[in-house]
Amino acid sequence: MSTPHSRLPLSAGGSGFPTLLYKELLRFWKVGFQTIAAPVLTALLYLLVFAHVLEGRVNVYDNLPYTAFLIPGLMMMSMLQNAFANPSSSLVQSRITGNLVFILLPPFSQQQIFWAYLTAGVIRGLSVGVCIWLISLFFVSLVPHNPVWVLVFAALSCGIMASLGIIAGLWAEKFDQMAAFQNFLIMPATFLSGVFYSIHSLPPFWQQVSHWNPIFYTIDGFRYGFFSVSDVSPWHSLAVVAGVFVVLCMATLRLLAIGYKLRS
Amino acid sequence: MSALSLENITKIYDPAPASLLDRLRGRPARPGFQALNNVNLTVEHGEFFGLLGPNGAGKTTLISILAGLGRATSGSAKVCGYDVVSQFRESRRALGVVPQELVYDPFFTVRQTLRLQSGYFGLRKNDDWIDEILFNLGLSDKADANMRALSGGMKRRVLVAQALVHRPPVIILDEPTAGVDVDLRRTLWEFISRLNKQGHTILLTTHYLEEAEELCGRIAMLKQGHIVALDTTQALLSRVGGTDLEDVFVRIMQNDNPLEILA
Repeated sequence: MSTPHSRLPLSAGGSGFPTLLYKELLRFWKVGFQTIAAPVLTALLYLLVFAHVLEGRVNVYDNLPYTAFLIPGLMMMSMLQNAFANPSSSLVQSRITGNLVFILLPPFSQQQIFWAYLTAGVIRGLSVGVCIWLISLFFVSLVPHNPVWVLVFAALSCGIMASLGIIAGLWAEKFDQMAAFQNFLIMPATFLSGVFYSIHSLPPFWQQVSHWNPIFYTIDGFRYGFFSVSDVSPWHSLAVVAGVFVVLCMATLRLLAIGYKLRS
Repeated sequence: MSALSLENITKIYDPAPASLLDRLRGRPARPGFQALNNVNLTVEHGEFFGLLGPNGAGKTTLISILAGLGRATSGSAKVCGYDVVSQFRESRRALGVVPQELVYDPFFTVRQTLRLQSGYFGLRKNDDWIDEILFNLGLSDKADANMRALSGGMKRRVLVAQALVHRPPVIILDEPTAGVDVDLRRTLWEFISRLNKQGHTILLTTHYLEEAEELCGRIAMLKQGHIVALDTTQALLSRVGGTDLEDVFVRIMQNDNPLEILA
């Protein structure tokens, strides 16, 4: 026990950030079947079905088999959805069960909370992406032409969705609201962004619509890293993706700073 | 420098936003609810202090402001001299809070829960102290049990352990014995009293007034956001003239002008 004092000293602690990050990683790792294995299996089923049905019937880029074209799209779609799911489900569960108070009582700054949740979301997204890529090697020998582009687009895109996941987790007060966010915004945005097709195969109007969807640039830039071919310039995609990432980071940090739905 | 100080604290919760229909009809939003009204309070180091009041009096709001869970509309709050807003890192490090609700993270065991909470305060090699808290709260044999597997009383003990894990000089217990058995109450109060004797400042809210009478050196009573009584427990008993603290509490709360009976 402590020595008696009339004024006890404060414990000299360091940063709580590594523990918060560790807790968020441990949280999804403990339910790895649900958070890693399940999305990998879903992507594998998409791959089996679409590759079987469309291989040899759809020519997207010259000399590029459809299965090879599809894999980076599936990887990115799964990474985006899981990077979003990690912080959003963690925050909404913590809010509903009430244990969010354990994050709010310690001396965390908004930056520490933000980066811990964001990093964990990015790591989960990347983990899912790597697993899908490894399994896809059984189907196609898919080696990135430009690994740096692949990594940059993967990290930034997961960052965008993890940031959006934090915003959704702060906003949603019940699982129903979170499901609405996920099914009516995230799911259509990822499905309709060139995962299964090149936007050049769309009518001009829908091509224009696709250019307003930032998720399209994450997939197109990511695919450029694999094949050195893309629908738009990779620098254009990088500018959009980096810009959206910065704007979402600033918006999320602002919400945390004002204690939006956290501190009454 | 006091352990806790509140100066002119007022808290008005934001009004509920008007519904779309009301806005179309031109009806204004409902006014905000005033939970605290110009509260001034100081708790000195080493005190065992009781904060009493009926439901809705503002006790939890006051605690939330001290803990940084809520923000005062006006006034300033300090923990060990640290402002809870501008020096939140120091003030939160100085404070351990046992929340009223029985909340826990179902993903983790008791020991993991305590290690994580300790790590949040930057204390990553804290197992000796964690073991000591577990022993003192009768949780040693539950250390590796998942939080979901614990009874309500055991979960309450873990909440107390979480509040103590960073050795805060000031401990706030918000109705810690609500709905728990006699054994836990006795264990808990023995442990908390020992911490108090070692120099920890304790702020307790409870509806069990016999506990407050036995443990607290000084007591403040809140009614509708105002402090209506503030004195030592003995002085309150003698000034109001009741048989026990419960009698004093009822008399003060039922009187429209409590200052009259305290005069």
